Amino acid sequence: MSDALVTAHDLTKRFGDFTAVDSIDFEVQQGEAFGFLGPNGAGKSSTMRMIGAVSPITSGSLSVLGLDPATQGPELRSRIGVVPQEDSLDVELTVAENLMIYGRYFGLARSVIRPRIEELLDFVQLNGKRDEKVDKLSGGMKRRLTIARSLINQPELLILDEPTTGLDPQARHVLWDRLYRLKQDGVTLIVTTHYMDEAEQLCDRLVVMDQAQIVAEGAPADLIVQHSTREVLEMRFPPGTQEENIAQLSGLAERMEILPDRVLLYTPDADATSTEAHARGIRPVAQVSRRSSLEDVFLKLTGRSLVE
Amino acid sequence: MNTSLRMYERSARVYKGVWRGSVFSSFVNPFLYLIAMGMFLGSLVDEQTGGVAGVSYLEFLAPGLLAATAMQTGAGDSAWPVLAGIKWQRTYPAALASPLTTRDLVIGHLAWVATRVALVSVIYVLVAAALGAMPLIDGLLAVIPAVLTGLAFAGFVTWFSATLEDGIGLTNLFRFGIMPLFLFSGTFFEISQLPDWMEPIAYLTPLWHGVELTRSVALGTEPPFGLLVHASILIALIIIGAAMAVRQFRKRLYV
Amino acid sequence: MTTLLMRVIPLPLRSAQRAKYVFERNVMVYRRGWMVIFSGIFEPLFYLFSIGVGLGGYIGDVTGPGGELVSYTAFVAPALLASSAMNGAVFESTMNIFFKMKYQKTYDAMLSTPIGVPDIAVGEISWSLVRGALYAASFMIVMAGLGYVESWWGLLAVPAAVLIGFAFGAVGMACSTFMRSWQDFDYVTVVTLPLFLFSATFYPLSVYPPVVQQLTRFSPLYHSVELIRALTFGVFDWSLVGHIAVLIGMGALGTMVVGRRLHRLLLT
Repeated sequence: MSDALVTAHDLTKRFGDFTAVDSIDFEVQQGEAFGFLGPNGAGKSSTMRMIGAVSPITSGSLSVLGLDPATQGPELRSRIGVVPQEDSLDVELTVAENLMIYGRYFGLARSVIRPRIEELLDFVQLNGKRDEKVDKLSGGMKRRLTIARSLINQPELLILDEPTTGLDPQARHVLWDRLYRLKQDGVTLIVTTHYMDEAEQLCDRLVVMDQAQIVAEGAPADLIVQHSTREVLEMRFPPGTQEENIAQLSGLAERMEILPDRVLLYTPDADATSTEAHARGIRPVAQVSRRSSLEDVFLKLTGRSLVE
Repeated sequence: MNTSLRMYERSARVYKGVWRGSVFSSFVNPFLYLIAMGMFLGSLVDEQTGGVAGVSYLEFLAPGLLAATAMQTGAGDSAWPVLAGIKWQRTYPAALASPLTTRDLVIGHLAWVATRVALVSVIYVLVAAALGAMPLIDGLLAVIPAVLTGLAFAGFVTWFSATLEDGIGLTNLFRFGIMPLFLFSGTFFEISQLPDWMEPIAYLTPLWHGVELTRSVALGTEPPFGLLVHASILIALIIIGAAMAVRQFRKRLYV
Repeated sequence: MTTLLMRVIPLPLRSAQRAKYVFERNVMVYRRGWMVIFSGIFEPLFYLFSIGVGLGGYIGDVTGPGGELVSYTAFVAPALLASSAMNGAVFESTMNIFFKMKYQKTYDAMLSTPIGVPDIAVGEISWSLVRGALYAASFMIVMAGLGYVESWWGLLAVPAAVLIGFAFGAVGMACSTFMRSWQDFDYVTVVTLPLFLFSATFYPLSVYPPVVQQLTRFSPLYHSVELIRALTFGVFDWSLVGHIAVLIGMGALGTMVVGRRLHRLLLT
């Protein structure tokens, strides 16, 4: 037995004929932020629901906090926090009441919950909204309240399913900042996302999921080094001329990805490649040089984009 | 006026999509009442009293239910759909971005409600006539006062819905307004059955005027205060309700 | 009977010690909207004064459950109590449950805590029973105050109304687990309104032709109405056992389906 907080081996989930999770293996260590990166429908949420002990596993093995989700569900759930993909707040109740009743679900005494509510509202910067009805909150505030709610039982492990989907950039940064602090306080995080920037920002280690399987595993920087070049040159051509230009690009870069609206050239030095392309008489209407990202890793591994 | 037609058209198109759900509430429910209360319970009433107001209980109840159904249709179509148009689906703010005015919105909406009430009423009369509860021609004439009754409620309910933030007010309107009116405004029994002190209160309810007018047209009798008085009261209520609705729409939607 | 009960009851009760928190949530939500509960008391009273008193003025006396003549108001009042127990339970168990399950995801939130499906089923059903008891008790107080309760057995009408609420609530909840959208709720009144109007609610069964009389025995509301009417008049015979059995059967069947369906819907 390792000292991993979550251990999955050959973990599989089937709904009838459909295989949502196809014998995956992973381990999450104490104190790390672990990510599941993949497009919608890759099997991330199903995996999260199995970890959260609300979805029975079909086959394989899964242990969370050393417990078996199938037989020790209630005990397991009392020690973790869950931020679901869709907010499930009680819209008829106020912000503070939502935290109170959720704490009660864990069997906590009111006198224990009350100080925690103040603490958590501080933490997610909602203290001004204490007695506001949830109805009246913005999307970002609701998300923060959901996070505060998931912390009411002081969980050892926090599971976040697509925590920032649908939020504006500013609200996302506020949320990320709160999650860093949690990590600093020693809470283990498991995050699913289909945003590569989120995965790079938040995760110490991640697995890339596609079509129910894990296609790569490692730290974000290592994955990029392993599966992509240092830089990428993106070129956009006048409509209808992409194909003729592609013919001239061959041999310029280590690897080339052709997307409907642009061409990606993978190269150690984007500026050098750009100069060389211009020398060949190639004239794109727009071009960008940038560092490789997880998006490129995903493209290489699956041949598809993360966000369609 | 031409522009309010566009609002009317929109309502009609939406209705085409969801009419199945309303079939039961607006077409079938009144017959269930007519059969249960008019025929079966009516047989007990006739046995004891030999009829109400000079006719069988079924004939007494049928026009009363026509007016009450008109009220429910007029009020129902102006409650949740209007609040949805303002707040949930926001079709009204969207419509105001076009050359339509709040007045067009209200008139178009009321014209649509009038059509719905007329449709429900005509079908009701056809079936009631087939059951022998109403003479066909007089019954069809009674559709006119029924539409007036529906509109008298539609205007006020449209105004009321436009003042609300959520559906709780509407639940209370139906519980404490529409439902008691349905039960106490002369639909099921003459208001002389009520305790004496309640009778004048019934005069103040719009449904009572609608019921009396509809019943007198259907039965060919003279209503308590004369046809003209009851009709004028209903028409006045329609105009006041519509004006209040326009004012409230303006206040609510131009912010 | 016992084996059937043993098969049904263990599922919800075995591990439902956290049901009280589900109940507590409802109390918290309704503490703000107590008007909603309070106003529900009025509908049967409106019907009582309108049909029972106003229309009843034309009718005078009708044949009661024991064969003797009784005032029409006293005849119709217990039927209104039974109907409102049905309506209250059906509304609570269809609309509200559907909203919590599909839109607000309340149950998903609960299940991510130590609360389990049996807790939810037991918590929701007991809440609707308490609510139903509240309505029934207030209606009985008005009825008794007006002198329409003929027997001390009438006190049992309150638990009888709770049983009716349980029967319809369990079946309603079971049905709502099959519903896909709000449009489906139009079918709820398609069932409840004919039951309300034709279950010997407003007139004795003898008004019907014999065939219809037999058909009415299939209406679960008919059994509810007869049960409460027998209690308020203090008239008993063996048919009472039949009425009670029908209601218990409905409740048990509904609870069984609910337990299975909730597992399938929420824990997959």
